[in-house]
Amino acid sequence: MSEIVLNIDGKEVAASAGMTVLQAAQQADIHIPTLCHHEKLEAYGGCRLCIVEVEARGRKSYVVSCLYPVEPGIVVRTRSEKVDKIRKVLVEELMAHAPDAPELVRLAEEYGADRHRFDKETSFCVLCGLCVRYCDEVKHKNAVGFIENGAVREISFIPEIAAKECWSCQECFTLCPTSYAQAAYLLTEALAFPGRREAHSHAHAHATPEPERRVIPITPVAATA
Amino acid sequence: MCEQKIDAIIEKYRGQPGSLIHALVEIQHENHWLPREVLQRLADALEVSFSQVMQIASFYKTFSLTPKGRHEVHVCSGMTCHLRGAAKLLARVEEITGLKAGETDADSRFTLETGACLGSCSIAPELIVDGKHYGRMTPDQAEAVLKSYE
Repeated sequence: MSEIVLNIDGKEVAASAGMTVLQAAQQADIHIPTLCHHEKLEAYGGCRLCIVEVEARGRKSYVVSCLYPVEPGIVVRTRSEKVDKIRKVLVEELMAHAPDAPELVRLAEEYGADRHRFDKETSFCVLCGLCVRYCDEVKHKNAVGFIENGAVREISFIPEIAAKECWSCQECFTLCPTSYAQAAYLLTEALAFPGRREAHSHAHAHATPEPERRVIPITPVAATA
Repeated sequence: MCEQKIDAIIEKYRGQPGSLIHALVEIQHENHWLPREVLQRLADALEVSFSQVMQIASFYKTFSLTPKGRHEVHVCSGMTCHLRGAAKLLARVEEITGLKAGETDADSRFTLETGACLGSCSIAPELIVDGKHYGRMTPDQAEAVLKSYE
């Protein structure tokens, strides 16, 4: 593997060909905020929060670092006035959907985003695709998928698959930045195969206690007015 | 009604995940809508997960996940048609069929849709029934046209 040297925030960083700018930065302990990125999953480029300024051959451009491959000699700036402004607006837009998502609240503080800037569109899902991609790429179950398109796009659990697979997994719940994956699952469960929870606790009332696989408690986030 | 035809389409593409959209288009064309059981069978045959089939079937407006009428009526709401009286035409078509745009009647005779632009501005305002274009439509002519479809 050939070594590629690039400059990130004034630091010379060595990376191998085929890596993305985000990976190179993470390797060098340079923090770039992400929402839809997960190391086990293929890069998605959905949230755009990892946007950085790249200067290559004398030209500046703004690219999402999770998809941008490293090139020799490029100069990357992870924070600049314009990058921060783009991120601020992105957070504001995402907050129209999930105003109290912990990660967004934290990012809003960092970038000075105003959670009331855009009218609320409380879908609670920011369409990061983590649950959908995790279920597909890691678990190979495809119990949850996207449906519809454009403004009405949403995640949807397939009842037939969810009834069989989700109970013993529930791994996407912790990935979700907004807890919406869990809510969507519970709604599907309530509508399509109710009684699962009761049956489970009855069956295991006297048996050896197995590790509790119920619902992940959500720590309430203080509302940031 | 066309179970065999649907099965034939599914068989034709068996084991070819890349042909999902082709299969969906053909089934939609044959059956006018995509029932859930058919999508399930298609997913199994093409070795594509059901959620991915749903993702594609719900993404494109070509595909319908609810039953459609025997005849699909489109009234163009594009700029040119609008200027040449599409609103009156649509109002009349709605009155005749008893439907609002996007609806299907109980006898599944008609499904009414609007769209912009349907691409025949030179013959505006335009009415399309089952892919047949009727240009320079007046509300009265529309009534005669729709009567010829059972």
